[in-house]
Amino acid sequence: MAVGMISYGAYVPMYRMNLQTLARNWGSPAGKGEKAVANWDEDSLTMATESSVDCLNGLDRSMIDGLYFATTTPAYREKQNASIIAKVIDLRRDITTADFANSVRGGTNALKAAIDAVKAGSAKRFLVTAADCRVPAPDSQFERLFGDGSAAFLIGDSDLAVEIEGSVSISSEFMDIWKREEDRYVQAWEERFIVTKGYLAHLEEIISMIFKKYKVTPKDFTKVVFYAFDQRRHLEIAKKLGFDPATQLQDSLLSTVGHTGSAQAMMMLVAALEEAKPGDRILFVNYGDGADAFILKVCDPIEKIRDRRGIKKNLASRMELPSYGKYLHFRNILDWGRQREPERFGALTMSWRDRNWLLSCHGHKCRQCGTIQFPMQRVCTWCQAKDDFDEIRLSDKKGTLFTYSMDNLATSVDKPTVIAIVNIAGGGRFSTVLTDRDTEKINPDMPVEFTFRRVHEAQGIHNYFWKCRPVRA
Amino acid sequence: MAESFKDKVAIIGMGCSKFGENWDMGSEDMVVDATYDALADAGIEMKDIDAAWVGTIGFHGTGTGMTSTGITGAAISMPLKLQYKPVTHVENGCATGTDALRNAAFAVAAKVYDIVLVVGVEKLKDTGFGGLGELAIPPHPVFEGGITAPGMYALAATRYFKKYGLTPEEGKRMLAKVSVKSHYNASRNPRAHLRNVITEEQVINAPVIAWPLGLFDCCGVTDGAAAAILCRAEDAKKFKDNYVLIKGLGLSIGPGQGSIRTDYDFTIWDETVYASKEAYAMAGIKNPRKEIDLVECHDCFSISEVIAVESLGLCERGKARADIESGAWTQEGEIPVNLSGGLKAFGHPIGASGCREAFEIYQQLLGRAEDKTRRLKNPRMGLVHNQAGLPGKFMCAVAIYGLP
Repeated sequence: MAVGMISYGAYVPMYRMNLQTLARNWGSPAGKGEKAVANWDEDSLTMATESSVDCLNGLDRSMIDGLYFATTTPAYREKQNASIIAKVIDLRRDITTADFANSVRGGTNALKAAIDAVKAGSAKRFLVTAADCRVPAPDSQFERLFGDGSAAFLIGDSDLAVEIEGSVSISSEFMDIWKREEDRYVQAWEERFIVTKGYLAHLEEIISMIFKKYKVTPKDFTKVVFYAFDQRRHLEIAKKLGFDPATQLQDSLLSTVGHTGSAQAMMMLVAALEEAKPGDRILFVNYGDGADAFILKVCDPIEKIRDRRGIKKNLASRMELPSYGKYLHFRNILDWGRQREPERFGALTMSWRDRNWLLSCHGHKCRQCGTIQFPMQRVCTWCQAKDDFDEIRLSDKKGTLFTYSMDNLATSVDKPTVIAIVNIAGGGRFSTVLTDRDTEKINPDMPVEFTFRRVHEAQGIHNYFWKCRPVRA
Repeated sequence: MAESFKDKVAIIGMGCSKFGENWDMGSEDMVVDATYDALADAGIEMKDIDAAWVGTIGFHGTGTGMTSTGITGAAISMPLKLQYKPVTHVENGCATGTDALRNAAFAVAAKVYDIVLVVGVEKLKDTGFGGLGELAIPPHPVFEGGITAPGMYALAATRYFKKYGLTPEEGKRMLAKVSVKSHYNASRNPRAHLRNVITEEQVINAPVIAWPLGLFDCCGVTDGAAAAILCRAEDAKKFKDNYVLIKGLGLSIGPGQGSIRTDYDFTIWDETVYASKEAYAMAGIKNPRKEIDLVECHDCFSISEVIAVESLGLCERGKARADIESGAWTQEGEIPVNLSGGLKAFGHPIGASGCREAFEIYQQLLGRAEDKTRRLKNPRMGLVHNQAGLPGKFMCAVAIYGLP
């Protein structure tokens, strides 16, 4: 039975920080390129919902039997994150969900587990998503390297855009980069050691293993997608193993997105698939606490999923993060001297009661008069019929900004709060806030779309909800 | 069967505390000051009061914004030492003051009591932060949270400009004229909070609070209390010759569907339309612009005054700009609006505002405004528009007061 990928999706946050901004701030030599920076209201969980929604574009979500989520930066350390993502993207309840945490290789760990589940027949379609939003120590090499992003793949046994022809794995106790429970930032041992005995050695080992097992050579591959430690070593390992960096090596995204941890190799694979043609063969290798390697064959159905935002369209849609101070604020790195303000309100019980509209973005469609309303109501706003509604998901609809204001009085790390009244295509209105917006380019009647965000912290809870943003091209 | 309430209840005394940042006064102090003023005006003593109503939201600036935290009738019984008299606490957001007066008037008309006291009070400046903070009505962890009153009213300004073809610059200029008038009126009112005269340029160039509204488009944050003594109309003459009658009352609580229904366009206050219809019908008013001599309307923001006046039917919809430019809402104009300085410049202590607005009408109708230059010539009838909530989800009380 052939198992593989039915679809792919990716997410790159709207904001980019040029490495020169870092250099200017610290008085250090400027690196080249930029990195993607999650907005203040994003985290690994919200980014995973974005790539998942991209991946599931046009597909029936009720056919999905499971969701695995990989991250080293879970929004909750205790409390499964995948179950929240599944609710947000409106999957069925009788499915399997799990988090794959603690390793930058978590994405392919999850991929392998999903492939095995489909092979074993315990699931037909399995969604795998990886996202990371690692906060590097200020003025460290990692601050120049790390970026934020997410990727998702739908694994299944039919309509395959990519067939997985084979795979090998290594588990290794090797310690290169780590973070203890009590650490705020990742730590690393001396670079020469971790590159020589870690990255380079493990990639050589896993690639020779897969070559041997499947009797293939570098010439058999159109593209190779290798986890990248940094740009120099990425090129070095490709050359050393007999690949042509100019034609075969998939770009590391390090100079455009940055190192996205457990999402990195997955995002690179999405970028490779965006350019791939049916018949192409791809070698896909991930690293971290060992390594995974996969041989992938691109199939005809890939032509049916070309409308994904993926990496290319997400990269093209961007805003420049204006200053390092803004970045510190976004990542909550410093204590900020702001005026005294009351605590934000939160109540887990309320959030739980409202979960169908809060997380799944369900509105009510009145069975009597047919009008759509959000949030869900007991009594119809239009015809006053009681408890006679169908629940419908609104998050995949587009909307129009009916009116807005820019609130400087509301507390926000990114003032002003753009209050927005959005009319949803097909019916319904959403009273919300615009995020990922350029305040110079907001106009009544502009098109907007839904995006899932972390609104604020209160009562020790991440309070998530939907917002709108100007449609990302 | 219900019968008309017109001319059944009289206001025989009113009082008003100092309005402003009353750092040295708690709500108790302001309640005492306003009530003793009102008693003196009516020529009665505390023991003559049969029952009382207190309007306050008990603002504490908690995380949920404007929420009551267990306020009771004791809010006035304790400071006034009302000796075991019945006291009812009324709260309907910023429409609290008028609704407290409305309920007290009903009790008098029903002949349950002969003389009642109404006190509206709010102490806003004990929170330790500027403005009123963020609100969610009703409180919710995330839905419509993290936003402020100016932010919500600004939604109306944006759409009003768009609907009536005003550029943001033209719109802001129109609104600036409203605020300039409010400050000018307040400058001549010794009781007002913000008495500085301002210019249109100052308004337009002020820091943005919630685009398109700037600092001078927003009312101040004010402490204050106002009180009224009511009795039945036929008894009024026993106390004094000069008094005011309640001509009409209206109350409309919106179902909050403006943020749900796509047919709400943010340029009209529906609850005001309903509440004023009820009050006009009761008062027998057919043409409010002609029959009403002055208006105290809920101008928490400049745009609020514009849309309130249109919603009250005092100006054709979309024609406020022409009225503002012709000076129709000034003291000399056809329909003077917020002669006191309004919420904008007199101040807006939430639970007190409805009673304070009644105080201005009462003073004007009785020809007693302190500064003689701001007295209207022979006004017969005035309107109070007292509104709570946010565009799309309002609570609105309208009261019409007139001479016998």
